Amino acid sequence: MIQVLQCTVNNRPVELGIDPRESLADVLRQRLGLTSVKKGCEVGECGACTVLVDGTAIDSCIYLAIWAQGKRILTVEGLQEENGDLSSIQRAFVEEAAVQCGFCTPGIILSAVEIVGSGKRYTREELRKLISGHLCRCTGYQNILNAVERAVEEARRFAGKD
Amino acid sequence: MEIGRSIQRVDAFDKVTGRARFTDDLCPRPILEARILHSTIANGWVKSMDVSRAQALPGVVKVLTCFDVPPHQYPTPGHPWSVEEAHQDVSDRRLLNQRVRIYGDDIAAVVAEDALTARRALGLIQVEYEEYPPVLTPAAALAEGTPPLHEEYPGNVLKRHTAEIPLPESDFKCAEDVLTFPGYHQFRGHYETQQVQHCHMEPPISYAYAEGERICVVTSTQIPHIVRRVVGQALGIPWGRVRVVKPYIGGGFGNKQEVLYEPLNAWLCAQAGGRPVRLEVSREETFQNTRSRHPISFDVRAAVDGDGYLMARECVAVSNQGGYASHGHAIVSNAVTGFRQTYLDQLAHRSDAWTVYTNIATPGAMRGYGIPQANFALECMMEDIALQYGLDPLAFRLQNLMPQGYVDPLNGIVCHSTGARECVEKGRHFIHWDELRAKYQNQTGPVRRGVGMAVFSYKTGVWPISLETSSARVVLNQDGTVQLQLGATEIGQGGDTVFSQMAAQAIGIPTEDVHIVSTQDTDTAPFDTGAYASRQTYVTGHAIKKAGLQFRDKVLEYARELLPGGEKLDIQGRNVVDGASGEVLLPLAELALTAFYSFGHSEHLTAEATSQCRDNTFSFGCCFAEIEVDIPVGKIKVLNIVNVHDSGKLINPKLAEAQVHGGMSMGLGYALSEEMKYDPKTGRLLNGNLLDYKMPTALDHPELHALFVETEDPSGPFGNKALGEPPAIPVAPAVRNALLHATGVAVNTLPLSPQRLVEAFREGGLLE
Repeated sequence: MIQVLQCTVNNRPVELGIDPRESLADVLRQRLGLTSVKKGCEVGECGACTVLVDGTAIDSCIYLAIWAQGKRILTVEGLQEENGDLSSIQRAFVEEAAVQCGFCTPGIILSAVEIVGSGKRYTREELRKLISGHLCRCTGYQNILNAVERAVEEARRFAGKD
Repeated sequence: MEIGRSIQRVDAFDKVTGRARFTDDLCPRPILEARILHSTIANGWVKSMDVSRAQALPGVVKVLTCFDVPPHQYPTPGHPWSVEEAHQDVSDRRLLNQRVRIYGDDIAAVVAEDALTARRALGLIQVEYEEYPPVLTPAAALAEGTPPLHEEYPGNVLKRHTAEIPLPESDFKCAEDVLTFPGYHQFRGHYETQQVQHCHMEPPISYAYAEGERICVVTSTQIPHIVRRVVGQALGIPWGRVRVVKPYIGGGFGNKQEVLYEPLNAWLCAQAGGRPVRLEVSREETFQNTRSRHPISFDVRAAVDGDGYLMARECVAVSNQGGYASHGHAIVSNAVTGFRQTYLDQLAHRSDAWTVYTNIATPGAMRGYGIPQANFALECMMEDIALQYGLDPLAFRLQNLMPQGYVDPLNGIVCHSTGARECVEKGRHFIHWDELRAKYQNQTGPVRRGVGMAVFSYKTGVWPISLETSSARVVLNQDGTVQLQLGATEIGQGGDTVFSQMAAQAIGIPTEDVHIVSTQDTDTAPFDTGAYASRQTYVTGHAIKKAGLQFRDKVLEYARELLPGGEKLDIQGRNVVDGASGEVLLPLAELALTAFYSFGHSEHLTAEATSQCRDNTFSFGCCFAEIEVDIPVGKIKVLNIVNVHDSGKLINPKLAEAQVHGGMSMGLGYALSEEMKYDPKTGRLLNGNLLDYKMPTALDHPELHALFVETEDPSGPFGNKALGEPPAIPVAPAVRNALLHATGVAVNTLPLSPQRLVEAFREGGLLE
C-alpha cells in the first residue's frame, strides 16, 4: 500500500511514494538521505530527530510522514546559505563550542531556528524550558544555551529590534 | 603555539550541517535486519525453543537460538589483551545464552528482510524456561544456598581481594591495630551508590558484511581495535579476518568501551551467507542489555589523631556486577585504589574489594571507572569526620591531601604535579565559602540553604595495571599540509581537535594544516586501544609528539638536500626557515611538491611511531555547590556550582571548559535524580527508557561554572594530564555535603531524590 506524499523539503518540492505507516524520520533519512535527522529513542523522548514542519519543531520519529502532506519541512541540511556559509545559528553553535558528539546538535539547532524566528527575547530560564525537549549528555546544555541566546540576540539586532 | 589555543572543533562544521556521518548514516539500504529475542525471566535456563512459526514467516531469513551458537565463551571489556593468561579478562558470555542471567538476556535472534518482519518473528518464538528466583543484591547472591549464576564461580564472587599498604616502623602490626587504637578518634561510615546509565544519545548500532574471506563490522564504538580482537575471539576466527570501521559516534562515556553486539552482528552476517546485516539496539535494550555504572556499597573506617591527621583508613567495597563479568574486578579495584589515593594515611590503609554476580543488568565501564562511587564514600566520610570531631572541613582535607612527589605504595603511580590546593582555594573564593558557611548556620524553617564541597584525584590512563600503547602516523600532502592518522578515537570529547593541535605543535605548522582522519578503519588506522581512562591526550599525545618530531626531522633532512649549506633549519608556520634568524628559506608546499614529483629524488615523506607509555600521573580538582532544599517536598535546588580542575596544561581551554560542563551535568544527574530501578519479584528493569529514567534536562540545571588551575606535568607530552572523566567525579558528594550543611541530615545513599530525602528528614526529626 503506497501513498504519494507531496511536500516541500528544505525549500525543494518533493513527491514520494511512501508506506503510510512510515515515520517522517525514516522517510527523511532513508528515502531522502537527510541523515542529520538522528534517532535516539524512537518514542519522542530525546528530541534528536527534531525537524521543523511549517516552522514548528516536532519529533519526526513519532510523526507519520503522511501527516506532512502539503507542508514545508526543514532539516539542518537546508540551513546553509546559498554560498555554503553557515547560517548565523549554526555559526553560533560552532563558535560557542556547543557541539560535542554532535548527535543531538541538528535537532537542537532546529528548535533554535524556531526560537530565533519568533523574534522575541527570552530569559535564560525561558530558553531552558524551550530546549528541554532535547536531551544532551555531553554539554550540560551550558554552551548550547549560550549559542541559542547569542543567536536570538544577533537576529534581534539584525531585525533592528535592539 | 598551537597548544593552548581555543580553536574551534575540527568536526563542528560537519556536525552542525548534518554532514558528519554516524554508523547508521553510512548503512547501505536495503539491508537484512537483525533483532534479538530477550528472556522474560531474570534467572534460570532456556529449556527449549520452538522457532517453527517464526521460521515460516515470509521474509524471515534466519532464526538462530542459544542452541545454535558456538559453545565457547569470550570476554567483552575494552582492555588491552594480556598475553599472560592470569591477567586475561573473564570469558563468561556466549553470543546467545541458554543460562539466563539477567531479565532480558539474549536468547535468540532473527534475521529478516525488513525490521518489521524481524520483530514479528521474535513474537512467534515459543520459549520454555526453568526459572529461579531473581537475585538482585550482593547479600542475596552471597547467601548460603543461592544457586551460582556461573558454574565457574560457585559462591557468586567473581573476585575478592584485600590489600594493606606497608606499615612504617611502629608498635602497630597491621591496619586493624591502628583503626582500633583508643588514642585515636575512631570513625565508621556506610555509604551507598546507585546504578546509573551512560545515556549517550546514539544507541549502540552496527552493521556487518563479508568481503572475501573476511568480515567487516561498522560500529559505534570507542575501541575499534579491541572490537576486532573480540569479534575474532567470539567467532573463533583469526583476528586478521576481521575488519572494524568506527565512524563518528554519538557519545560513549564508557558504554562503548565494551564489545557489545558487534560479535553477534558479525556472526549473524556469517550465518546469513555474508549478506549485509544491520543490528539495531533500541533505547530500551540499551538500558537493559548494555552497560551501566556499578552500584557499590562502602563500609569505611578511619583513625584520626588529635591534630586532625588520618592515621589509618579502611575501605570495604562490595560491587554489584550483575549477570556478566564485563570489566570484571577492575572497577571496584580501581574504586578502592582511588579511595586510598586522594589523601595520605600516616600509618596504615586496608582495602577489601568484592565483585559479586547478581541478576541485575550488567554494569561495566562508565566515566570515572569506580571513582565517582569511591569519591562519594570518601568525601562524605571526610565531611562526616570533620563534623564529628569539630574540624574545619577544608583545612582537614588540605592537611591530609596527597602531596607532590607522592608515590602510591602499592602500584607505584607518582604524583608528578599537583594544583589541588590552588583548586580548592579558587573554588572557595568563587562560591564565597567562608561567608556562606557562616551565614547558613543555625537555620530554621522549611526552606534552608547550605554549601558543600568535595575534592578528588584521578590517575591518567591505565599504566601500570595494564599496557599503555599507541601509534600515530603523519603523511605529507602535495601542498605541504599533513594527514594525521590515529587509532585513538573521537567520541565527542574533542579528541580530533586536540590531536590536530598536538601534531601541529610537534611539527611546527598551523593546526589548520593538519587534516585528521577521524574514522578508524582497523585495516589502515595505526594501533591504539581507544578512548577510555582519560588516556588519549596523555598516551596518544606521546605517540603524536613522537611521530610529529620524526616527521619534522624527515622534512628537514629533505630540505637540506634542497638547501645546500642549510644546517640549522626549522619549520615555522608554513615554511622551512633558518633556525637562527627565522628567515624563510623554502615554503613547505614547494618542498612537498618536489618530494613527491622530483625526477632526482622522489620520496613520500611519512612518519609513524609507537609510544609505549610507562608512566602515569594524577589529575586533581574539586566541586563547590550551594544549594537550597525544600524540606517538606524533599527537593534540592542547586543555586550555584563550580568545578575547578588541575588537568595540567590545557591543550584547548574552550573545549576543556565544555568537557567540564558535561561532566558536571552527569554528576548532577548522579547526585539528584538518576537511578535504575528493578521489580524485586521479577528482576525486570522498571525504568529503562528516557522518560522514566530521570536524566537531567536543561531545566534541571543551574548555570555550570568551570575553572582551571594549569600545572605543567613533566610526564605529559605537552604538560597535560587527564580531563575527560574527572568532571563527573566530585559533584555528588559536594551536593550531599551541602545538604548536610543546610539541614544537619547526612544522607548516605544516592541519589538524593525527593522520596529519599523526605524519608531521611523524617528520621532526622525535621519532618513529622
